[in-house]
Amino acid sequence: MTCFSISTRMPKLQQRSAACRDFVVRVTCGLAIALLGQSSALALTAEQTRALTLGDTDARVTALQKALASPDAPTAAFLQAMADDAVKVNGTQVLVVRDGKATDPVSGDATTLPDTAEDVINNNRMRGEIDAALSALQLLSPDAALRVQAAKSVLKEPDPTKLAMLEKAVASETNEGVKKQMLLARAAILLNSNDADERFASAKTLADSQTPDTQLLLNQRLSQEEDKKVRAQLQTSLLTIQAALSWGEKLGALFTGISLGSILLLVALGLAITYGLMGVINMAHGELMMIGAYATYVVQGLFRQYLPGMFDAYLLVAVPASFLAAALVGAVLERLVLRHLYGRPLETLLATWGISLVLMQGVRSIFGAQNVGVENPSWMSGGVQLLANLSLPYNRLIIIGFAVFVLVGMTLLISKTRLGLFVRGVTQNRPMASALGVNTARIDTYAFSLGCGIAGLAGCALSQIGNVGPDLGQNYIVDAFMVVVLGGVGQLAGTVYAAMGLGLMNKLLEGVAGAVLAKIAVLVFIIVFIQKRPQGIFAMKGRSAEA
Amino acid sequence: MTHTTSTLQLPEAPALLGTKGWILFLAAFITVCAVVPVLNLWVPADSVFHMSDYAVALVGKVMCYAICALAIDLIWGYTGILSLGHGLFFALGGYVMGMYLMRQIGTDGNYKSNLPDFMVFLDWKTLPWHWTFSDSFLATLLMIVLVPGVLAFVFGYFAFRSRIKGVYFSIITQAMTFAAMLLFFRNETGFGGNNGFTDFKRILDLPIATPAMRMTLFVLTGWALLMSYLFARWLVQSKFGRVLQAIRDAESRVMFSGYSPLPYKLTIWVISAVMCGIAGALYVPQVGIINPSEMSPANSIEMAVWAAVGGRASLIGPIVGAFLVNGMKSWLTVTAPEFWLYFLGALFIGVTLYMPQGVVGLMQKLSAKTKAEERV
Repeated sequence: MTCFSISTRMPKLQQRSAACRDFVVRVTCGLAIALLGQSSALALTAEQTRALTLGDTDARVTALQKALASPDAPTAAFLQAMADDAVKVNGTQVLVVRDGKATDPVSGDATTLPDTAEDVINNNRMRGEIDAALSALQLLSPDAALRVQAAKSVLKEPDPTKLAMLEKAVASETNEGVKKQMLLARAAILLNSNDADERFASAKTLADSQTPDTQLLLNQRLSQEEDKKVRAQLQTSLLTIQAALSWGEKLGALFTGISLGSILLLVALGLAITYGLMGVINMAHGELMMIGAYATYVVQGLFRQYLPGMFDAYLLVAVPASFLAAALVGAVLERLVLRHLYGRPLETLLATWGISLVLMQGVRSIFGAQNVGVENPSWMSGGVQLLANLSLPYNRLIIIGFAVFVLVGMTLLISKTRLGLFVRGVTQNRPMASALGVNTARIDTYAFSLGCGIAGLAGCALSQIGNVGPDLGQNYIVDAFMVVVLGGVGQLAGTVYAAMGLGLMNKLLEGVAGAVLAKIAVLVFIIVFIQKRPQGIFAMKGRSAEA
Repeated sequence: MTHTTSTLQLPEAPALLGTKGWILFLAAFITVCAVVPVLNLWVPADSVFHMSDYAVALVGKVMCYAICALAIDLIWGYTGILSLGHGLFFALGGYVMGMYLMRQIGTDGNYKSNLPDFMVFLDWKTLPWHWTFSDSFLATLLMIVLVPGVLAFVFGYFAFRSRIKGVYFSIITQAMTFAAMLLFFRNETGFGGNNGFTDFKRILDLPIATPAMRMTLFVLTGWALLMSYLFARWLVQSKFGRVLQAIRDAESRVMFSGYSPLPYKLTIWVISAVMCGIAGALYVPQVGIINPSEMSPANSIEMAVWAAVGGRASLIGPIVGAFLVNGMKSWLTVTAPEFWLYFLGALFIGVTLYMPQGVVGLMQKLSAKTKAEERV
């Protein structure tokens, strides 16, 4: 089992970049220093290196496990060399070759590299074993974070061959937190021990580790356990863990629901203006989001090229850039096409669908049909760990904040500014606004480009959590319309309720019925809801009232 | 309803087609039933007059699309309801046919099993319930009409009863199609998931890939299109059709005159859906594949564009539109594939902006102009 799961990871390992390998080498060197201080009695022997490199895989794996039982610095360095394919053999002489220079792994002295030296071939199984061994060796790393990580990975895949090293690590551990993790890992291994008392103690200890992994381990053991006392303890521990996990699950579903809701809100806010206020069925709304996402991609590229030192700040520039890019396209579209179609919603639907096709193909011609890569700035990676099984990723939190920011900004713009006043005036009574000296044609352009600019902002946000490609808009357009229709056309508050409601409903149902069925259920719900309240949550006002 | 007790003398119904119309109709009929088969089957392949199998398949396919465009025209052009869900009815008809064709494969599939290959692949032991009658051709014919018809009836009944109209209706029909697409993409729904149905071998126990069978399907499609046209023409010229047009132009006045729009809208909606289903059922054996991408919202919108390009509310327009757009499509996707979406997009924009009556409307305008000039 262990072997299989690791060997599936292997291709990734082989693709590791040079930078990443440097890091690993550095870690191993640090590890080597740490180990040197701990054990000097044992050392890598020439015989061991031969056993590790020559012969059939079974024998080599056995040698590897033996070497792990008494690990030391040269062994770790040698294993790293094996993982990096830097080991050659010449007859029975084993050499480490890095950057064209050969060294003897036992003495560490430089030697000459004979022409007859051959590469050591590591098959997938061997690679998997070496990888696992190296990660276990991190239990002795000087870096506490790495030690915790190593202990956690042992807990995930408890392997009895690592017990000896784990005991050694526990004995020398001084950091209480790390030690606790290691004891949990040890318990995970001993959970399958032959001694019932040890199993009992392990089951008791593991109740403290409230993760889904532990739950799985305990369940597996429970299905095989025959000893009554141990069984009882396993069940008690499981109940403790379940109680702790259920909270995390509930809060997790709530959080992902709110997160999805905030994305829907961003996606629908622009539509709330173009469709809700102006009565334009903008089927190109998704493509304007796509333009925002591509603008973010371009800004990111410029920063990488010219300001690599300030790369993390690119998003701050990308936000206004995506707004402006989409707003500009929107203004052009309004002047060229939509202007002629006001009051004919079905025609705007067709024309904007045509626009969406052109924009999509345009992006394909410029950037290619493949998805492009948009990277999160470093301050957006990671997250807050609230419970054992509940962590809130920063990028989701930031998007929720961003949605609130856009919503507040838009509300203020519509309700407090002169432009907002004009927009409301024109949508409510065009001839009257015109008679009072408002340039209604210009307000139309402003309002439409405002809606488009907000779509661009949504695209900028989406680029941080999903794929950016020519199809980006198509994936969201149905959702966006659903939110606006459900919320009630022309009502910001309705849009907010609808987005949050749909987001939460989708995620809560997903836990019960799976992603696709949840989505279908939500769509069916909307259809039924519209039957009952054809005007959405709130009744509509504005230009499209008679449509 | 008041019209039963009305004492008003109604003017005599206009003729179904004029003399010129009947001549054109007959010409089309002869082309479909005689000219194309002769050109394809009996004219030698190296002759200039030979019609290739590819061309026949293409025309056959477009004739199916033309039936859809006609159906859209009935509901959109004559009743003023834009449906973005006709792709679903089309696909449902296709799926019903596809199920029958899958059963016809019998044990000749890759796994030599009685079950369709994808079910063997999913390790299913028996047919799911909704496949029960799929081995009977008669039941299949019935279901081609019933499945889209019943769905349209249920959906339409609720939608029209709560007086959903205009854009709202368009958008929820799109949501319906979208939901169905997601459902059909699932493997456990029992419709082959992503891949849908393909690899058909027989129809009515006859091999499906022979030239004769291909021609039979072609002629059948041609008949279906011509009959749909006549039927639609009869429908819109009848009193029923005139009520529909009244609903399109001023629904509230129709209601004040004592008519309830619900049964009218519902009837035409169901008829339109069934026509699309029949088109789908004819389409699948000719193309040899049906999968959920037929239900993508884009497909339904494209159907509306065929009708708009040809000219709404003219019946012949949508047919012309379907041939025009799809002809362009098959030409452009071969010669300049990256150009196709630009073209289609420009077509959408151009037609809505400059040709609200479509190609047919433009022709009528032009001929009216020349006539007026002749008179001067």
